[in-house]
Amino acid sequence: MTTLGGPRVLIVDDHQLFRAGVRSELEGLVAIAGDAATVEDAVRDIAALAPDVVLLDVHMPDGGGVEVIRRSTAQGDPPRFLALSVSDAAEDVIAVIRAGARGYVTKSISGAELADAVRRVHDGDAVFSPKLAGFVLDAFAGAPPAAPARAAAGADAASDPDLDQLTPREREVLRHLARGYLYKEIALRLGISAKTVEAHVSAVLRKLQLSNRHELSRWAAERRLVE
Amino acid sequence: MATRPARPRSAPVLRRDPQHRMLGGVCAGLARHLGVDPIIVRIAFVAAAMAGGVGVAIYLLAWVFLPAGEAPAGPVWLRTSRGTIEIVVGIAFLALSVLLTFRAFGLLFSDVIVWPLVLVAAGGALLWRQWLGGGLPGTAPRTPAAPTGVPGASAAAATTAAATTRPPVPAAPRTSTERAALVSRTSLGIALVIAAGIAFLSATGALSAARDVVLSVLVVAVVLSVIFFPWVLRLVRSLTEERAERIRSQERAEMAAHLHDSVLQTLALVQQRSEDPRAVAALARRQERELRAWLSRRAPAEGEPPRLAAALETAASEVERDHGVAVEVVAVGDADLDPHSEALVAAAREAMVNAAKFGGGSTVDVYAEALDGEIQVYVRDRGPGFDTTTLPGDRRGVRESIVGRMARHGGRAEIHSAPGAGTEIELTLPRSAP
Repeated sequence: MTTLGGPRVLIVDDHQLFRAGVRSELEGLVAIAGDAATVEDAVRDIAALAPDVVLLDVHMPDGGGVEVIRRSTAQGDPPRFLALSVSDAAEDVIAVIRAGARGYVTKSISGAELADAVRRVHDGDAVFSPKLAGFVLDAFAGAPPAAPARAAAGADAASDPDLDQLTPREREVLRHLARGYLYKEIALRLGISAKTVEAHVSAVLRKLQLSNRHELSRWAAERRLVE
Repeated sequence: MATRPARPRSAPVLRRDPQHRMLGGVCAGLARHLGVDPIIVRIAFVAAAMAGGVGVAIYLLAWVFLPAGEAPAGPVWLRTSRGTIEIVVGIAFLALSVLLTFRAFGLLFSDVIVWPLVLVAAGGALLWRQWLGGGLPGTAPRTPAAPTGVPGASAAAATTAAATTRPPVPAAPRTSTERAALVSRTSLGIALVIAAGIAFLSATGALSAARDVVLSVLVVAVVLSVIFFPWVLRLVRSLTEERAERIRSQERAEMAAHLHDSVLQTLALVQQRSEDPRAVAALARRQERELRAWLSRRAPAEGEPPRLAAALETAASEVERDHGVAVEVVAVGDADLDPHSEALVAAAREAMVNAAKFGGGSTVDVYAEALDGEIQVYVRDRGPGFDTTTLPGDRRGVRESIVGRMARHGGRAEIHSAPGAGTEIELTLPRSAP
C-alpha cells in the first residue's frame, strides 16, 4: 500500500458492506489506511493513523459525520474530510460542509471518480457533486425556492455581504458543475485554467462554510436538531 | 342577517323568531303565533316583569325551551330598529324604578323568593342552552358545527342568548370565538345561579349554616385530592404515554406499509431478474428515486399541482425506466406549470430520451434553472457526440420535437455537440409574467 504515493484514506461508515465495497473500489487507486464503523472508532483512528483524507459517512449513530469532524477538529491537526452519503437532502449536505468537510459526493459515484475526488480534496481543492452545486446556487439565489416552506428566503441583514453572494464567475462555474461538467471541461469552456476553476470552487466552499445566509444557517441548525 | 324567502305557513307554530328579536325573539315569536303586533307582547312582558320579576323569569324560560323559528312568515312584521330598542329599554328602566318604589313600601311579592328565582332562571337559561341546546327539537345545536341548517338565524340567536347586553352579532362566529363565548356564558350562568343561592340563603338567614357545610365539603375535597393526587397524576401520565405510543405505532405501520409496497416489491423483482444486470440496475435506480422522494416528502401534496422541478423528475424517472440509463436532475428554483413550461418539460423529456439512446449508456445530467426572467434546462450526455452541421438521419426527430416545439412556445433550443465530446441540448423559455 505504501508504494502508492497518493493520499492515505480512512473509510468511516457504519455499514460493513459499504466499507468493503469502497475499499475494493479504491484498492490500487489510493492507499487505504483503515476503516472505522462508529464515531468513537473514527475519532480514535484519525488520531492514531493520521490519514490524509477521511471518507466520511454523513448518517451514523451518535452524531454522524458532523460529530466526527467536530471532535477531530477539536483534537487539532485534522485531516481533510470528504463526505460520502446516500442522502442528497440539503440539510445533510450543508451541515457537513459547514462543519468543515471539503466536499460532498453521493455513494453512487464510481470508484475512479471517487479516487479522483479523494486526490483533489487531498490537494486542498473542493469537490462538488452536481447536486451540491445545485444546492449552493439555490441557497445563494435568494429566488423563491422549490418548497413552499422555504418561502422566507432572504439574506440576514447583519451578515458580511461578500460572503453572502457569489460572483458571476463563481456562479458560472457552479452552473457548469451542476450541468455535469468536469473541472477541465469547465476551464476549456470558460477559457480559464483548471487551477482557476478550482480556486473559484474553493472560494465558494469558503462562503458556504462561513456565510450567515439564512438558508444555510437554517439548514445547518435543522440538522443539528435532528442529530 | 340575510333575509330568507318567506316560507308560506298557514298556522304559525309557537317558535322564537330570531329574525325580529330584540333579545331572544320570544316576544316576536309569540306575537307571530298569536297574530298580534310584537310590541303588544313586549309591553305585556315588561308589565309582567314589573310584577316582581315574574315576566323576566317567564321570558328566560321561554327562551330556553322554545325552539328558534326558521323564516319570517310575511312582510307584516316590524323590523326592530335602534329606536324601538331604546324605547323598550326605557320602558324596562321605568318599570324597574316603579318596581323598586313598590318594594320600598313592602308591597308586591317577597324579594326573598322572586329575585333569587329570577337569578336562577337567568343562570339556568344560560347553562341549559349550552348543554341541552342540541337536544331540544328545532333549536340550533350548540356543537361547533352549529351553523348548518339556518346558519345566520341559529348562530345569531345563540349569540344573543349568550349575553343579553351584547349587541346582536349578525354573522356566525368562528369556532375559537364561539368556544370562548361558550366558556364565558357557562361561567356567567354558574355565577348567576350561585349568586341566587347565596342571596336566598342570606335573606333567609341560613348563610352561616351553609358556610359551615361549604367549609367541611372543601376540607374533605382537599383531603381527598391530597390522597389521590399521585394516582390521578399517574393515570393522566399513562394516558399521555399510551397516546404517544399509539401515534408511534401508527407511524411505524405507515412506514411498514410503504416499505412493503415499494422496497420489498423491488427486492423481489431484483431476485427474479438477477440474470439481467441492466434490469436490476434500472429497478434499483427507480426504487432509489422513489424512496428518496418519499423520505424528503418532495412528492406534491394531494391536490397541489406539480411544478417544474417535480415534472422534470417524473420525466427523468420515466426515461430511466424505459431506457435503463441513469438520469440525474438538478433543479435550482422552481416554476409553476403552464402550457409553455409543460412544452419545455416535454422537450426536455425528448432530449433525455435522445441522450439515453445515443449517449452510449453514460449518465444523463439534467440541470434546470428557473430564476429570473427565464427558465433554462440543459440535458447533457457523455456519448460519442456528432457534428451538428451534418445532423445524422436518425436524429431528425430532434428538429421537430425539441427545436420546433420550443420555437412554438416562444423559446429556443440549441444543440451543442462535437464528435467525442458528448452532446448538450440547451432549452430556454422566457418566463411569462406572474
